[in-house]
Amino acid sequence: MKLAVASGKGGTGKTTVSVSLALAAKGPVQLLDCDVEEPNAHIFLSPSIEQKNRCTLVVPSVIESNCTYCGKCRDICRFNAITVFNKIIMTFPELCHSCRGCFLICPEDALAETEREIGFVEKGHANGISFVQGQLRIGEAMSPPLIKAVKAEAETSPECLVILDSPPGTSCPVIATVNDADYTLLVTEPTPFGLHDLKLAVGMLRKLKRSFGVILNRSDLGNGDVGTWCRQENIPIHLNIPFDRRIAEGYAIGEPLIVSRPDLRSSFESLLEELVQ
Amino acid sequence: MREILILSGKGGTGKTTLVGSLAALVPNTVLADCDVDAADLHLLLNPKIKKETEFWSGVTAEVDPSLCTACGICEELCQFDAITTLESAEVDPLSCEGCGVCAEFCPEGAINLKDNLCGSWFISDTDYGPMVHAQLGMGEENSGKLVSLVKKETRAIAEKIKADWILVDGSPGIGCPVIASLAGADLILVITEPTTSGLHDLNRVVDLAEHFNIPTCVCINKSDLNQEVAKKIQETCLKRQISMLGLIPFDPEAVSSVVACRPLVENSDGPGAMAIRKIWKKLEKIALNQQKK
Repeated sequence: MKLAVASGKGGTGKTTVSVSLALAAKGPVQLLDCDVEEPNAHIFLSPSIEQKNRCTLVVPSVIESNCTYCGKCRDICRFNAITVFNKIIMTFPELCHSCRGCFLICPEDALAETEREIGFVEKGHANGISFVQGQLRIGEAMSPPLIKAVKAEAETSPECLVILDSPPGTSCPVIATVNDADYTLLVTEPTPFGLHDLKLAVGMLRKLKRSFGVILNRSDLGNGDVGTWCRQENIPIHLNIPFDRRIAEGYAIGEPLIVSRPDLRSSFESLLEELVQ
Repeated sequence: MREILILSGKGGTGKTTLVGSLAALVPNTVLADCDVDAADLHLLLNPKIKKETEFWSGVTAEVDPSLCTACGICEELCQFDAITTLESAEVDPLSCEGCGVCAEFCPEGAINLKDNLCGSWFISDTDYGPMVHAQLGMGEENSGKLVSLVKKETRAIAEKIKADWILVDGSPGIGCPVIASLAGADLILVITEPTTSGLHDLNRVVDLAEHFNIPTCVCINKSDLNQEVAKKIQETCLKRQISMLGLIPFDPEAVSSVVACRPLVENSDGPGAMAIRKIWKKLEKIALNQQKK
């Protein structure tokens, strides 16, 4: 089963929930940290990293001796990653989406495949949890291909629980994470910001036709509007996590929630049982 | 005119709370919400929308089943696994990146490229000055382009009204929308929190600012949550030669002012609001000194 943990708003507790679910799982479990811009799950799990692989995209470089400056590559590229004028041709690899259109259209065999590194995929283990994370290269804008590379490492055996820790938001990096999840848990907080961004995330998941439910973090701060809205919309709230200084202080030093509050372990265990059925 | 961009790396550290308060403190300013994915600044500043414009960007492939022979060429060429061929080719619009390769190479001319409506952007009035904000459509792409558009419009307004300041609320992370929000920024203020995650993500966002050579300063929110990590963040800033503008202590008024949908400094004279006032004084000094150079 693939279980994604996402949120519209940042900082609501996605990683806290993902890590505690992974630690509470009874069978084989894998955690994929898909927040490649700011991966944090490793802080709570201290995994031993056993493998580190570069993640690259194929981008064009020009073989000037073959180029006739016909401009066909420029015309097919919808991302402005190639310009041609007079007898000058230039490529902008950071704009390239690796669609390969330029390679296919070039009549002169004047484009060679080169690599642009977008980041790393790291694999390891922590407390019996199989762990994978991506780290986007600083200055790199395109995270979805790296997220796909992280997800390519997902265990395929049906008895393994695969937890996907998503980046915040509702745009392409989040879609790349949750699009094939069997279930998505949306973590939010009971504030107007939390509710506003929850509505956006719910809209996204409905558009994707995925099933989902909510976890309310710091559930006793703020107001009751998130609860009221979820009831109106028939969205299940699976778990309320109270605001507790012990949890916040544990989080600060990289301690998983169910270590700071061992009494909450059973809530995560029953949540997993409920979801797996 | 100085442009200040508020970033955090990690989400939920208090960017919007800080920008909402700075909006109330900074004189003669134009505001921009560049968190187009999950824009929240309007909840605090209650803007009156004067102009709404649709944001069209990029294309999505569309198959005409009456022309498609299900030859499978488009599926084979698509690098984004966006096409499956059954009785005819079918495009998954959420996977399609709009490269147009399928349309170019379809031997039957059965694929058209349709323009995408990706969201809307707004020019509004607030009690604290004009504001440009946007909402990306759910699950849409091109957030970076929408951020660039919001920034361009903000600057045009700022020049027209001869504003002294531009305040920009950024996105979490270090990817596409954040990189788009860097263009034109004179100074970045990173708001972090004293947690190991906060420190880790602070370092990534400072790396990014250095990569693009933009001066950066830092403040710590909920600074009394963990003194030890707060100290580590201060040491990191010292080592990296970044100004530490101040510590904002945990203040229950911060939550109640979000619930009341009001900027913290307008709603409270508590420790959080006082700390933000001091941060603005220091920020102003740094930004104005920068201008002299």
